[in-house]
Amino acid sequence: MSDWRPGAAPARAARARLLAGLRAFFADRGVLEVETPILGRGAPQDPMLESWEARAPGGDQGYLQTSPEYPMKRLLADGAPDIYQIARVFRGGESGPRHNPEFTLLEWYRHGLDHRDLAREVMALIADQAAQSREWHAPRGCVVIPYAELFRSTLGLDPAAAEAKELERAAAARGLAVAGELDRDGWLDALISLVIAPGFPPDRLTVVVDYPESQAVLARPCPESPGYAARFELYWGDLELANGYHELTDPELFRRRRERDIAIRRARGQPLPPPDDYLEAALDAGLPDCAGVALGVDRLLMRLLGVSSLDQVLDFPWSRA
Amino acid sequence: MATYSTNEFKAGLKLLLDGDPQAIVENEFVKPGKGQAFNRVKLRNLRTGRVLEKTFKSGESVEAADVMDTEMQYLYNDGEFWHFMVPDTFEQYAVSEAALGDSGQWLKEQDICTVTLWNGEPLSVVSPAFTELKITQCDPGVRGDTAQGGTKPATLETGAVVKVPLFVEEGETVKVDTRNGEYVSRV
Repeated sequence: MSDWRPGAAPARAARARLLAGLRAFFADRGVLEVETPILGRGAPQDPMLESWEARAPGGDQGYLQTSPEYPMKRLLADGAPDIYQIARVFRGGESGPRHNPEFTLLEWYRHGLDHRDLAREVMALIADQAAQSREWHAPRGCVVIPYAELFRSTLGLDPAAAEAKELERAAAARGLAVAGELDRDGWLDALISLVIAPGFPPDRLTVVVDYPESQAVLARPCPESPGYAARFELYWGDLELANGYHELTDPELFRRRRERDIAIRRARGQPLPPPDDYLEAALDAGLPDCAGVALGVDRLLMRLLGVSSLDQVLDFPWSRA
Repeated sequence: MATYSTNEFKAGLKLLLDGDPQAIVENEFVKPGKGQAFNRVKLRNLRTGRVLEKTFKSGESVEAADVMDTEMQYLYNDGEFWHFMVPDTFEQYAVSEAALGDSGQWLKEQDICTVTLWNGEPLSVVSPAFTELKITQCDPGVRGDTAQGGTKPATLETGAVVKVPLFVEEGETVKVDTRNGEYVSRV
């Protein structure tokens, strides 16, 4: 075994500095650091995320978290103030230059803010961290653009109305064909991640706001734009760094979306882990009006250091973990 | 029929796509955090040598190509086919000019080559990286003639033409790097 050695020595001190910087940022703003279990009894039903199963010899079984979202929302429903967490999270089947099945996620929640307010705070946090060292890269400029406008201006189509066939034609016109059947949301994802995002200027922060309701996940519906949800994604160049919501608080809508997710999982033959009933109960008890976001810390470090692969910031990526 | 799922994709894997055997050169996993995953793959068509990009929805399965590299000894050329033999089994294969490609110009009898078989049929041949061949024709070196960077064309016993330094003479044997067709040294 010649590959026992850690592979990201040049990034090690920068990682420590970034983690300290993130904690200082939240300490300054009075946001409380919390810890929640990595190993849970249930798992999200989101068909786009696969949870790692964990088993103990005695028969105990659980799931490694894909994000700390559910327990953090239970804290909020119990009256916790603004909170953040730097958590290790796990996602099955995700591996590549920009993916590692285990990674570090910074997740935080702010009372009384909406997704646009919180996106501004994410940009402030990135600028604040970039200023820590003159050797680090800093983003240049930022743009906030609604999802619908982004599709209209780059592809000339309306993402809420376009059928799968129309999206497929728009992709083909830009040289993108995909082997395998895609539904409407699949084509929207193909277009944004393989056609649109690669065209974002490399140094710019791009915040895409108000996603189609079919991709709302746990964002509340946008009152001012029907068919869209109060969700944002933040990109640095073409690299997706953060995903945030003006949080869904309506337990009925939560249940409807979860039912739809379970139906999709069943239809596709995906595993059906037990749902997290505690989150449902917390929503019934009442989640306060808040916005939350999750930011990939390893990816932020990649951009700050100007490197192109996670292997350059992870001493032990999954291939050698 | 063997198949590979996209999560098994890695460089070197050989797939049957559009009727041709294709080798993965690069595999990139692309996925929005909350969305559909894709594999962007660069493939080399093993029949034509052409490289193209293809995008797969992650989770799709693709038929494996029955492609195998085998060491074989070059025996002779009968005017139409080039004949090779597996040294251990004495199994013989006839390779067409098209499958042989550029490798043909370097081959002399007894050379050990890598022959790629697809469904048991020769698909391509890679000759040894270095070969030693005799010069059958070249002009005498003319002192002071450096207009061509101090080299001159020489025809080798296999018919290949390489650039050699001016001091190299007809009848001498030279070592050639077959990967770029360049002269290495006198033997």
